Amino acid sequence: MHLATIDKLCSGCKACQLACSMTRRKEVNPKRSFIRPEGRFPAPGDYIIKYCTQCGECANVCPTGAISKKGDIYDIDEDLCIQCGACVAACPFSVMLLLDGEKAKKCNACGACVAACPRAAVYDSDTSKGGRY
Amino acid sequence: MNGYAGYILRIDVGAKAFRKEVLDRKLAKDFIGGRGFVDKLIYDEVPVGADPFGPLNKVAAAPGPLSGIFTPASGKVQFGTLSPATGIIGDSNMGGHFGPEIKYAGYDMLIIEGVSNTPVTLVIDDDKVDFKDASDLWGKGSFETEETLKKQLGADFQIATIGPAGENKVYFACINHDFGRQAGRTGIGAVLGAKKVKAIAVKGSKSIPVADPDAVLKVGMNLYRKCFEKPGLAEWTPLGTAGVTPWVNEVGAFPTKNFQTTYFEGHEKIGGQAMKDKIIVTDKGCFACPTPCGKYSRLKKEGKDVYVEGPEYETIAMLGGDCMLPEIEDVAYANRLCDDLGLDTISGGAVIAFALECFDKGIITKEQLGRDISWGDIGSFEFLANIIAKRQGMGDLLAMGTRIAANRLGHDSIRFATQVKGLEWSGYDARWAPAMMISYMTADIGAHHNRSWAITFDVAKGRDTLEGKAKRAVELQRIRPAFDLIGCCRLQWVEIGFELENYEAMFEAVFGERTTWQDIYVAADRLWNMNRVRAMLEIPGFGRDDDYPPKRFMEEPVLSGPAKGKLIDRASCDRLLDDYYMERGWDKAGHPTKKTLEALGLFGCIDELKARGLMA
Repeated sequence: MHLATIDKLCSGCKACQLACSMTRRKEVNPKRSFIRPEGRFPAPGDYIIKYCTQCGECANVCPTGAISKKGDIYDIDEDLCIQCGACVAACPFSVMLLLDGEKAKKCNACGACVAACPRAAVYDSDTSKGGRY
Repeated sequence: MNGYAGYILRIDVGAKAFRKEVLDRKLAKDFIGGRGFVDKLIYDEVPVGADPFGPLNKVAAAPGPLSGIFTPASGKVQFGTLSPATGIIGDSNMGGHFGPEIKYAGYDMLIIEGVSNTPVTLVIDDDKVDFKDASDLWGKGSFETEETLKKQLGADFQIATIGPAGENKVYFACINHDFGRQAGRTGIGAVLGAKKVKAIAVKGSKSIPVADPDAVLKVGMNLYRKCFEKPGLAEWTPLGTAGVTPWVNEVGAFPTKNFQTTYFEGHEKIGGQAMKDKIIVTDKGCFACPTPCGKYSRLKKEGKDVYVEGPEYETIAMLGGDCMLPEIEDVAYANRLCDDLGLDTISGGAVIAFALECFDKGIITKEQLGRDISWGDIGSFEFLANIIAKRQGMGDLLAMGTRIAANRLGHDSIRFATQVKGLEWSGYDARWAPAMMISYMTADIGAHHNRSWAITFDVAKGRDTLEGKAKRAVELQRIRPAFDLIGCCRLQWVEIGFELENYEAMFEAVFGERTTWQDIYVAADRLWNMNRVRAMLEIPGFGRDDDYPPKRFMEEPVLSGPAKGKLIDRASCDRLLDDYYMERGWDKAGHPTKKTLEALGLFGCIDELKARGLMA
């Protein structure tokens, strides 16, 4: 699966964040998700969805080589992560997470957000399909 | 406690102090959350007879146990206070993202008490509370205030603000959030203004505990799927609430010219389709909403872009029909003006329509205003909105709402002050809709539609019959307020036919124990009766006399349109009230009986009524 978005379909409801945090962390907490729909109000009045494009910037800056490409995604070897935060600083979309007492975590393109988005604003570019239930 | 953050945050803006308190399990059991929490707080902690603008009044804000959870439209927050407009408990709900953020910050309720000497923004960041000087924001519009705070604090903060109307204690000042969501009713913005609280900013990083996260995800997905299967969805979302405008006209219930009539010639030009064709730029959803009614619009005014969320139906009815603004751009501009000034568009529209009619009748004069005003003129609207929000000249009186203004102005203008209990009537004329009529007459905060929207029942069961109408109003006053307790929006159920039973699986996934709507209805009834008792304690002689509609609706037939000639006379109102009180377990004076209160466990209410000689 490769995530892609159509920003103009987004209504900012954050269902993607809820599904992400519940799937990856078993927690109800949008702040602990790997996707960020951001509203731009009062002007121009739209949304931009920031998500992991698997661009690899995090891997480029990781000093221990903890992040590497596995198949379609960049994955973190938590044993190698030293919690330095370089990946968080480097992420162009602010979707790397490094919480206190944890190793860095990132999107693994599991598709929970695709399945949950009521607007098909985030979709799987491999199939060109959104979830929309 | 699953579904709950587990704490309450109490903030004294006078002492600049705050305290985190453990949520009382009995409160959660008896009153569930949301409106249950805030109204109970006001009942318990604000003394009877307190000045709504004084230091003893409080403002509370509470999401519900489902707020912030992966379930359809779980973004509601309820504000409560002792209302300056009505003198009884007032509350108002707001969509957007503010309620969920309160829970992520770790709280099931915020309590704001005391009065600050200087303007302040409350900045709540998880466990920290900062009293940020707001002198630079005082006097600013709500849009600029929110934009400034987002820049200063960060976009992740969810912010509620008041506009100049709140600062100047206009009795129908609203709370604004997210550039277009409001807690509009009962003047809670004015109470924040009296406390010198210009804004509340909240950011939370915590997780909401649920019994079974996997089940919440699974059930949540299923609920969204069911929403999408509903045939009503395709019609609903593209236009949102504005889409009902033609229907309300066709059934002869659209407030027009201060409710002189109920059909607005040219309503097509201010309805949902006109909005879609001319001004909507995006859907703007509340938290976790699968069917966003929120529309964000842009229009040109004197060459400049003007942005506004909406207009939604109530605004179209009250600014469009009731003030007769003829074009969607006028309505949208008036909407933006009210939002920025911090005026509730429902009461604001009703008050301005009242002023226009007073002007027609010579009760308010050109000499008093310094200019002419006329129906459907955006310039007149802007002038009146400004003098009300700033309390200048005649605006100072109008700022106290139609009831007080009419009583001061005299000339029997109280006849067309469209209010009950001091709260202005919202966007449905009910002279040919008895179930809707009794709903407005008896709504606990005053003439508001959201407790019971029964007009579809009238249309389905016969417009003229009184039979079964009060019973239906009571049923709806049980179901709809139940949504106010759990922290969810009711529109999926109301508008697309999403069945109530669907939620019960989510209750179990969240709470970890079987909970039914019936359990929540009991709490809703408890709350309803508690509010009635508080009104009796607060206002001498409160009861049946406070439940009648304005004389216009009982004595003046609708002038034109499908409902032409219709009214509900006083005898019919009496029949509706008798039925209603019987259904509620109240006596003919409109007072809950001891037996009714006992059955709901409201023993404290009984004691207080007895102490004041209001119960034997």
